Amino acid sequence: MGGFWLTGLIFVPTLGALGVLLQGDDDSVWRSAFIYSLIPLAMSIGLFFAFDPGQAGYQFVEHHAWIPQFGISYHLGIDGISLFLVVLTTLLIALSILYSGGGDITMRPREFCFMMLLLETGLLGALLAIDLFLFYVFWEVMLVPMYLLIGIWGHGRKIYATFKFVLFTMLGSLLMLVAILYLAGAARAQLGHLSFDLPDLYHVPLSPTAARWLFAGFALAFAIKVPMWPVHTWLPDAHTEAPTAGSVMLAGIMLKMGAYGFVRFAIPLFPEVAIEAAPLFLALAVIGIVYGALVAMAQPNLKRLVAYSSVSHLGFVTLGIFAFDPQGLQGAIYQMLNHGVSTGALFLLVGMIYVRRHTFEISEFGGLWKSVPIYAAVFMVVMLSSIGLPGLNGFVGEFLILLGTFLHSERAAWVAITGLVLGALYMMWAYERVMWGPITKSINATLKDMTGREIAVIVPLIALMLLMGLYPRPLLERMEPSVNLMLNRVAAAQVRLDRPQLRTLAALDRRAHPGRDQ
Amino acid sequence: MSHFTLSAVNFSWLPILPLGAIALGAMAIMLIGPGVDDEDSAGLGVIALITLLVAFVFALFTLGENTLAFGGSLVTDDYAGFFEIVIVIAAALTVAMSLDYVADEGMAGAEYYSLILFAAFGMMLMAAAGDLIIIFIGLETMSLAVYALAGFMRRDPRSNEAALKYFVLGAFSTGFLLYGIALVYGATGTISLAAIRAALSARMAANPLLLLGLGMMLIGFGFKVAAVPFHMWTPDAYEGAPTPVTAFMAVGVKLAAFAGFMRVFMVNLGPVSAQWTMVLWVVAALSMTVGNLAALVQQSLKRMLAYSAIAHAGYLLLGMAASPQPLAGGAMLYYLIGYSFTNLGAFAVVIAVERKGSGGANLRDFQGLARARPGLAVAMALFMLSLMGVPPLAGFVGKFYLFSAALSAGLVWLVIIAALNSAISVYYYARVIVAMYAQEESAAPARIVARPGLILSVIAGVAGTILVGLYPQPWIGAASSAYASALGRPNAKVAANYR
Repeated sequence: MGGFWLTGLIFVPTLGALGVLLQGDDDSVWRSAFIYSLIPLAMSIGLFFAFDPGQAGYQFVEHHAWIPQFGISYHLGIDGISLFLVVLTTLLIALSILYSGGGDITMRPREFCFMMLLLETGLLGALLAIDLFLFYVFWEVMLVPMYLLIGIWGHGRKIYATFKFVLFTMLGSLLMLVAILYLAGAARAQLGHLSFDLPDLYHVPLSPTAARWLFAGFALAFAIKVPMWPVHTWLPDAHTEAPTAGSVMLAGIMLKMGAYGFVRFAIPLFPEVAIEAAPLFLALAVIGIVYGALVAMAQPNLKRLVAYSSVSHLGFVTLGIFAFDPQGLQGAIYQMLNHGVSTGALFLLVGMIYVRRHTFEISEFGGLWKSVPIYAAVFMVVMLSSIGLPGLNGFVGEFLILLGTFLHSERAAWVAITGLVLGALYMMWAYERVMWGPITKSINATLKDMTGREIAVIVPLIALMLLMGLYPRPLLERMEPSVNLMLNRVAAAQVRLDRPQLRTLAALDRRAHPGRDQ
Repeated sequence: MSHFTLSAVNFSWLPILPLGAIALGAMAIMLIGPGVDDEDSAGLGVIALITLLVAFVFALFTLGENTLAFGGSLVTDDYAGFFEIVIVIAAALTVAMSLDYVADEGMAGAEYYSLILFAAFGMMLMAAAGDLIIIFIGLETMSLAVYALAGFMRRDPRSNEAALKYFVLGAFSTGFLLYGIALVYGATGTISLAAIRAALSARMAANPLLLLGLGMMLIGFGFKVAAVPFHMWTPDAYEGAPTPVTAFMAVGVKLAAFAGFMRVFMVNLGPVSAQWTMVLWVVAALSMTVGNLAALVQQSLKRMLAYSAIAHAGYLLLGMAASPQPLAGGAMLYYLIGYSFTNLGAFAVVIAVERKGSGGANLRDFQGLARARPGLAVAMALFMLSLMGVPPLAGFVGKFYLFSAALSAGLVWLVIIAALNSAISVYYYARVIVAMYAQEESAAPARIVARPGLILSVIAGVAGTILVGLYPQPWIGAASSAYASALGRPNAKVAANYR
């Protein structure tokens, strides 16, 4: 594969977005948008197989000067941490477009597809950028289409939801911008020129105070995106009011950008501070897990329930990240994918029922098992995947996270397990109320079951749930070297901090590839 | 008086050609004007455009020159050339968006276009000033023309009010500036900027005469750049003035005021920068905060853009507060390029959307614009995003450059204030986008006719906003070498400071 593979991956959707604008009638808009979304999907699957699992560093690297006066470069690369999120992004975009064309979006389809494909460019760019400036550019670029997706095609209080979303995110990202600029300035003191290149910035010496502030700047932006308790309040509104495809993208990818930001930037750039702050983040993570689960249980609105379950699931991801354990971190990355697949599928299913009934209220349903058996069966599989049934994908991630967490903080792990139980509880309870029992509303008796298109949208996701649940090795082996490389930096910082955990982490250090990044 | 003899030897006409062209064009329009009906005034506008094109070409030729004229009163360096070019572009786009507006609103074309040119003349004079008197003359030439322009709709009471407020407060502020000039002259014994710089020494820094003079000049310039607490005139004057004039005030006047402000303070009062950067720190923080908070609640687009202009003056002053850092000047010049294109484009859209005689568009008028005029809506969305500071548009790179300059100067808190302010500003800029895209038309659709002049301005704004942001390298190069030439040292040396 040539030197422009990643650039192609990022900008094919942009070209597609422009191409969609040229289409005539609505049918050809949907068709062409779907085809344009298949190209990056095929490219990213190719990338998955071409990826060398033995390598820890970046692969398919592209590096060109962009604004040399500022040491800004166009620097792209992919490693075992971003690879899967890239594949997930291209897959979910394609499925969302396929689904939305089936009647979910009837207003202004051309603009809708344009926004979706532009969003894909932003997401992929943010995942593949190694230059912090470039990362920030894409980070913001993905905000704008999402803002409009919620604002234009949303339901109910969409304007309120989209403003809340954009204000929260912008507040975090602008402070992150200040931190990025400060860091680049600090690089000048060492390198003699400004630099936004991640590998350069790893070695910038910082005073402990400066490092703490900078970490805070990055962490706030990412925590808002994850979202961690207590900065999660934008999420239920944005998720609930967004159109189905918007919720899928929000839950499936955008929330992962926060977690990814921690793994890629905040922790490796400031490992000492990350170690210091780990107890805080572990605490916030378990609060998020339990709080999200409890609030989800109380929701009368099915979509809001799924939204709050995201807060809970993302708590697990945070837990796995801040355990600083190879298993925990692999589990966290695995859980990001799981959540993308399972919650993406849940939002799609909720969207399908909304198209039929125009309501998300759980009390409006009941007994759907009788009228829409295929839908109910599919919902069952997705729900079981979401609550972590062994044999399905959710189990692998949660198991690895808990394994990693137990080694470092038993207390956090125990609290997290209660969240797991609660998760099973609210999901099954909701399922019971929606699917089982007698049909209370007569309109529910005549609902149409899933269409061919809807089945086509869900089948790939269910296949992934099974595949990832039964055969996780191809994913884990590709993650492992990059995960170890990243934890190496944490371990080295731990050595510098010279704390009691030194021995465990030094052992971890040995396990990783020797001689790298020390 | 060594510079005097130097310039006598090197005297060349080149430095004053752009200025001369503008002045001649303005007078020609005045002479031809009485024979032209008001309905046909677009022809006069075309003459103005040709004049500006000629001045533009002359200004291009002055680049790379480094001469003095009139005994050092006029300076031809790349700094002056840079501002002359941007001011000419701003004036040309203003004329382009006025072509139909002036005819539609029944305004007198001859006076209008010649006043625009005279104002541009004053602005360019400020950029090229080598002494304080020329700064003052330039400022007055510009201001008198713009006062008249602001009140140009004689029968509209709001326009009258705008002109009167602008005039009274403007005259007041000019008084401050003049007092300041006198005091600085008293302290240093010279009006020549270069000589003042040479005369400044550590001992001078504590001279009360000088400090008082500095403070007064700062107030004078603060009025013209619309910085808080000298901003009171801005919202009313911006709202009442005819919309193309508002655009010219928001861009041209700001460009010229910053050209003078930076030349006097950053370049030539640089040796005593410790005496005034602290004041600017406060003024910058106030301008950003007050501008953005007040903009949150505005319904009228012109008023919102007025407060937004105050906030952007605050961001620019952040650069001035970082003055000892050589990056800062280049950052401000770069920011001004992006700011000019974006604002001119945004005002052009406002002109397109506003109803005749309504005196400006409201947020309501933008509802459903995405459906009625998708092209205009996309353009306006781009302008709003650029003003917000969303990459990869010009507004973002400008903020990025400014923030990084300020951080190098150690102004961490001020940069954090600026970042929080940018987050606040997202709300009111995004409201326009929501109105256009997410809300349906509430009232009868505004009569929006595609007019070539307006369309040209919008396209120029879009092109500038995207190009300056996406491919910033040449613009950054031009901005930093322009500032370096004002500092009187080769670009390489400034460049070395941030390589």
